[in-house]
Parts: sequence; C-alpha cells; structure tokens
Amino acid sequence: MARIIVVTSGKGGVGKTTTSASISTGLAKRGHKTVVIDFDVGLRNLDLIMNCERRVVYDFVNVIQGEATLNQALIRDKRVDTLYILPASQTREKEALTKDGVEKVINELSDRFDYIVCDSPAGIEHGALMALYYADEAVVVTNPEVSSVRDSDRILGILQSKSRRAEMGQDPVKEHLLLSRYNPDRVEKGEMLSVADVEEILAIPLLGVIPESQVVLNASNQGVPVILEEDSDAGQAYDDAVARLLGEEREHRFMTSQKKGFFSRMFKGG
Amino acid sequence: MSFLDYFKSKKNNRSASVAKERLQIIVAHERGQRDQPDYLPELQKELLAVIRKYVQISDDQVQVEVDRNDSCSVLELNVTLPEH
Repeated sequence: MARIIVVTSGKGGVGKTTTSASISTGLAKRGHKTVVIDFDVGLRNLDLIMNCERRVVYDFVNVIQGEATLNQALIRDKRVDTLYILPASQTREKEALTKDGVEKVINELSDRFDYIVCDSPAGIEHGALMALYYADEAVVVTNPEVSSVRDSDRILGILQSKSRRAEMGQDPVKEHLLLSRYNPDRVEKGEMLSVADVEEILAIPLLGVIPESQVVLNASNQGVPVILEEDSDAGQAYDDAVARLLGEEREHRFMTSQKKGFFSRMFKGG
Repeated sequence: MSFLDYFKSKKNNRSASVAKERLQIIVAHERGQRDQPDYLPELQKELLAVIRKYVQISDDQVQVEVDRNDSCSVLELNVTLPEH
C-alpha cells in the first residue's frame, strides 16, 4: 500500500508544482518507489518542471478513460530511476477526472509504489478536490502573505470535511505546513509574516521553510527539481523537508537573515 | 537614498503585525462559518419572517448558531427584541 501525499494550497503561484517535483524526487532519491501525478488538467506544467515535456505520449485522463494503460502513460525520470511521472491531460475538461476513475488509477499505482504524490491545481474546484480526496497526508504550501495564508486555512477546512478520510470517519489527513518564498531579512524588518506568525494562525505542524531564492527560477528554467541543486539553500531546505516527512528529526534552517555589515547595508540599500 | 532608508526602515513598514492581526480576525470568522450546516442561512431567513409577523426587528437582531458536541448538536437562537 502506497502512502498518498497531496501538495495543495488553495492559492495559485505559491510553489505547489515546484514542491511536488522536489518532494517526489527527494523520496525517490532515498530509494522509495515514487510516482508524482499532475492533477492540473488543461494547465499541465509538472512535465516542464521535471524536464519530460517532450516525452509525454499518453496522460492521466487517457488512462482513466481506458485509451492507454498505466505503463504507456507513466514516464520514468532520467535522473532518479525509482521516480515516475503521470502527466495531466492538456486538452480535456477537468470533469474528466471522475472519483471512480481516479480511484482506479490510484489503486493500481498503490500496488506498485511506496509513495504517490498528487500535485493539485490551484483553487477549490473539482480538480483540487480530486487531488486531495484520497490523500493520507497533505503538504499545504503557503507564502508568508495574507491571501495565501487565508486560502491555506480554507483548504485545511476542505481537507477536514471533504477528503475520503473525513467522509469515511477515518483518522484525519495528516497536515504539514510548508512555508515557501520566505525572506528572513524582510521578516526582521517587520515587513513579512514570520514562521511563528503563520504557524500560530494555521495551527498545523511545520514541515519546512523554503527561503526565497534565485535558484528556484534557475532550476525551473532548466527543468531540474530544485532539490537536486544540492549546494543551494532552497535545495537543502527541501531535502530537510523530505527527511522530516519520513519521520527524521531535523533542525529548521534558513530562517534568520545572513547578517550584513553596516557598510554593505548602506551601499546596497539594505 | 539608501543612507536615509537605513534609519527609516527601523521605524516604518511594520506591516507584518497588521497582516497578522487582520488574518487572525478573518480566519476565526471563516472557521466559525465553516462548521455551520448548509441550511442555516435559509433557516435564519424564515425564522426572521415568522418573528416579524409579531415584532418589528432588523436582520442583525436574530442570531442562529449550531453548536456541535460529541453526542448532539444544539441549535441556538438569539432574538433581541426592541425596547417598549
């Protein structure tokens, strides 16, 4: 039986796909057989972030509708051999993801993999509901910014009422907060919500803090999951998050600003 | 420019605390509504109509809430009557 992890947020553009790519790569790198599914029907992007956009032949909806087998649609990652990608359809309607169809595919994957990572679309519509419905755990990606925090709280409410675990009265979906685009300098100036502020408002355990970093854009430009940029702060922060997801205790890093001297502040504008 | 900013930033732009305060209020409010059953707004409207047959009251003088406990739910109705 695979563990099913949804990466969700409510708000768009906070880093769900970046996080899905890195978490699935991190799990696979540790030897776990992992598949990452793109639920964003019509706005497929995980393939680009994972650098397999030219290898997509069949997709998730093809498998649901019986037009292709799972083996035909799964794309094996070229860097980590225990990692597979199931791309979203670019042309179908979102409603093509039926509850039964998704369940069938997830059950089949569940026999073959240790982890199934579901990359949710933004919003709280059908696609997002399907992505979170079968989840055992949820990584809620949040930016330290008012609209993102509010939307995260909304998605937490949906996890607690509309997931399969909630409907069946089973143990609740295990929730994790992943705070991304964090800028410790601005936090220290009082211009940005701190980790503690967001933790206090959302009241769920902290999985990790990803610092705002130019490495993230550079990595996505090249189709490299940022976790593979092992020398970068963002890459290491994702690696810590994956370790914690697997139950390892790791101290949080990259949460304080790298102190600049008085003179460099003066001449570079602080 | 950056010379002045260095001193200015110490005092101004403490916007994070405003953000936190606003979030705490809106999130608490939305969590309160989240747990309410779907029929509640309609129920509130009809109750208001019934009460108005007898007493003139405004919309905000009727509050309907559902409190859920482990074993049962309690429908709480609060009507503020105008002074005579």
